[in-house]
Amino acid sequence: MSNNEQTNSHSHFPWSHLIGFGLSIFLTLLALWVGFASDFSLRTIMIIVVILALIQAAIQLLMFMHITESDSSRIQVGTILYAVFIAVAVVAGTIWVMSFGMHNMNM
Amino acid sequence: MESVEYSPNTPLEYQSETGRLNILGFWIFLGAEIALFSTLFATYLVLVGRTAGGPGPEELFELSGVLIETFLLLTSSFTCGLAIHYMRNHSLKGLFLWLGITLALGLGFLGFEIYEFVHYIHEGAALTTSAYWSAFFVLVGTHGAHVTMGIAWIILILIQLKQRGLTPDTTRKVFISSLYWHFLDVVWIFIFTAVYLYGMVM
Amino acid sequence: MKLDEFFVTGDPLIYGADVSIALTLIGAIFALTYFKKWKWLWTEWLTTVDHKKLGIMYIIAAVLMLFRGGVDAMLMRAQLTVPDAGFLDANHYNEIFTTHGTIMIIFMAMPFLIGLINVVVPLQIGARDVAYPFLNAVSFWTFFMGAMLFNISFVIGGSPSAGWTSYVPLAGLELSPSVGQNYYLLGLQIAGIGTLLTGINFLVTILKMRVPSMKLMHMPMFTWSSLITMVIIIFAFPVLTVALALMTFDRLFGSHFFTMMDGGMPMLWANLFWIWGHPEVYIVILPAFGMFSEIISTFARKTLFGYKAMVYSMVVIAGLSFLVWVHHFFTMGAGGAVNSFFSITTMLIAVPTGVKIFNWLFTLYKGRIRFTTPMLWSLAFIPNFVIGGVTGVMLAMAAADYQYHNTYFLVAHFHYVLISGTVYACFAGLHFWYPKMFNHRLNERLGKWTFWIFVAGFNLCFFPMYFLGLAGMPRRVYTYGVADGWMSLNVLATMGGVLMGIGFLILVYNIYYSFRYSPRETTGDPWDARTLEWSTPAPVPHYNFAHLPEAKGHDAFWIMKQERKQGKTQEKKPYKPIHMPSYSGVPVVMSVFFFIAGFGMVFSWHWMSILGLIGVLATMVIRSFDYDKGFYVSVEEIEEDQKRTTL
Repeated sequence: MSNNEQTNSHSHFPWSHLIGFGLSIFLTLLALWVGFASDFSLRTIMIIVVILALIQAAIQLLMFMHITESDSSRIQVGTILYAVFIAVAVVAGTIWVMSFGMHNMNM
Repeated sequence: MESVEYSPNTPLEYQSETGRLNILGFWIFLGAEIALFSTLFATYLVLVGRTAGGPGPEELFELSGVLIETFLLLTSSFTCGLAIHYMRNHSLKGLFLWLGITLALGLGFLGFEIYEFVHYIHEGAALTTSAYWSAFFVLVGTHGAHVTMGIAWIILILIQLKQRGLTPDTTRKVFISSLYWHFLDVVWIFIFTAVYLYGMVM
Repeated sequence: MKLDEFFVTGDPLIYGADVSIALTLIGAIFALTYFKKWKWLWTEWLTTVDHKKLGIMYIIAAVLMLFRGGVDAMLMRAQLTVPDAGFLDANHYNEIFTTHGTIMIIFMAMPFLIGLINVVVPLQIGARDVAYPFLNAVSFWTFFMGAMLFNISFVIGGSPSAGWTSYVPLAGLELSPSVGQNYYLLGLQIAGIGTLLTGINFLVTILKMRVPSMKLMHMPMFTWSSLITMVIIIFAFPVLTVALALMTFDRLFGSHFFTMMDGGMPMLWANLFWIWGHPEVYIVILPAFGMFSEIISTFARKTLFGYKAMVYSMVVIAGLSFLVWVHHFFTMGAGGAVNSFFSITTMLIAVPTGVKIFNWLFTLYKGRIRFTTPMLWSLAFIPNFVIGGVTGVMLAMAAADYQYHNTYFLVAHFHYVLISGTVYACFAGLHFWYPKMFNHRLNERLGKWTFWIFVAGFNLCFFPMYFLGLAGMPRRVYTYGVADGWMSLNVLATMGGVLMGIGFLILVYNIYYSFRYSPRETTGDPWDARTLEWSTPAPVPHYNFAHLPEAKGHDAFWIMKQERKQGKTQEKKPYKPIHMPSYSGVPVVMSVFFFIAGFGMVFSWHWMSILGLIGVLATMVIRSFDYDKGFYVSVEEIEEDQKRTTL
């Protein structure tokens, strides 16, 4: 069974987990800085922090969850990529579809 | 089952047909969970601001609580990874220790979250108050319910580990529950960003 | 709650139904006791994890649901034949079209197709069962319990009446205060769990449990269509889960997702429902396409034309199916930009389907056609479905849709695609694979009578509805006036409906007649077919294959037969013990607890819901501690089975 990088890493120190953890903390703190301490507009802030979130998610998928190990890595990665496509379609689609004339309403 | 030769480096959880099929199946289930959470996020984002004149997140969200929850959950995901690392090095003791720490951190997360919810309700922001808060409680609450189920699930597996030790079956169950646990932290990244950060920066 | 709110009262039709239900139950219990079949029922059927048996149970349930959905349709047609008929009042009519739609799509089409997929796909890929046999049983039983919950509504508590699309505010607590709508929410929710599990199960089965020699691009087209359907299920059903849950929260716990007050957005329901709802119609049509591919190829005695195009077109359909949903509510006010985008994507999705139609035609061209019943259904599908499809492109034009939307034009369109697509395929597939399931064929003469009467009736019923829609008749109206001028077309439609009912009755008679008189199969290949399921003997052993077959290309069984004719025999390899999964009572028990939980939630008897949920969790815990590894079928048993067959 093919899991090259993974077979070696398990008698050694769990580097990928430590790096993943460190990067996640860093990205979280970065997002906080962008949100609270920078002077970008709300729109810019949200674009940046969503991108940071996607990066952190990808890091955790790779480094914590080892999505690319195992014989079925292509199916696993393919599934998650398709799921991301669906997530974007559902979230962006819903926001767009529901965005008509709502700024005028007093809710 | 036909007997297959597994290389000695193959982790125990992958050393059975059931293991490989169940792990793959679970990844696909996680894909479905992404679709589920994206629907909850879509609903939430569309209902932001619709507080019907009642309290809003800008008044109630507190950065300190959110950061504590985030670091508890993130660290628990890290310790969960360590637990798998020890499992793959055939250390039942290491597995127990780090899974135990993971659960403790998870319970801590839940504790803070429950406290947070109760606080909001006391301040007049409940599920029934307005569309915004309905969306908040269902999105964040669904995540919290998943964490609760994850904790219960891992406890059940710890019992089975105690009974049977490290076998292809028990390691498979531990691995799958670890995928679930990591996934919950991945979802939290987006809750942190789209709910709390967005709500406090708006 | 008063007894006359709990039991539905005041309607003779309902009382008649109560009596029939009671009699049937008593009759079933009596028969099982008299023939001492309780143990058999439990050990052979209620606890089975065998995909073939689960498939048969799905199909039986689907046929029963087709009966109920059909009766709903007959009642609707009766009411609409003449203006101001007075047969059904408005509320009763609303309940009937709601249950008609919900049952036909969720509890008839889905189980019929999934049932056939269950029986056929593992056999087509040379597997001995699915990847997760236990989960497969959970899928069936949650479907069954969800269906039972939904179906009991019309005698206990009242049916939902807000349409199968259940739009708010009508479906909300204020305008639908009775429990009927809760049945919709919980019945679909429970059944949906099973469907999602089926999606995962068959995706993994098809990708990982094919016989090793069968490459992905050599799989039978029905298997391909099933694979792609599973992808759609996996990503669409969670959206429904959330939508139903949000409405349940609004109705039971006072949240404000879709309410008119306190910030809710009623249109959000339509948005979320259709994000699921559109992929759902592709879920019910793609397996149909797969079945037609098999049947047309078999009875034209030609390899399917354009294999790759057929595969890629379904992949494209699956992807696009998640990008067209707003066309279901063009008129709800999303605006020009949104409508234009979705108009374009909707027109685009017609293209790959068109590609498939041409490929079927090219398969037929220069084929040596055998006009068996399954083939007749498949041939009728082509022109009828094209009519439905092109009217779909008409509806896709957002501006034009303002004229067609929610008229009988739309009703005609979707019945044309659903019936000539899904229902014809179910009939075709039932006939085609019947001998594989039940070891005898359905009678051809009766089958042809069913076909001609049903197809004639279908076209007579629904073609006039295009004109009714253009003449202005809205859908979901319980009556109309003389001055509207819609009566003649409605009369034609009712006549067509009656013919469809007669066709269905002939089919039911066929099932009985064939059981009594059809000769039993001696080979496993009554049609001289092309794919691996036909290489199994008659009856199919529970482990499917004594030896795993070898798949050397497209139409693997055809290749095997050609090689046999050329004298290339295979050496007899010795049999090995075969590992099979154990049966289990947990799925059915878990599902009963789901029913209890659902029933409790319908009536807001939360002590019952909590008990039910605890029961579900308990069965999951029991399952978690179950380390049963299945059993081995002995070589002796395999040899015994082989002696009894002629292959």
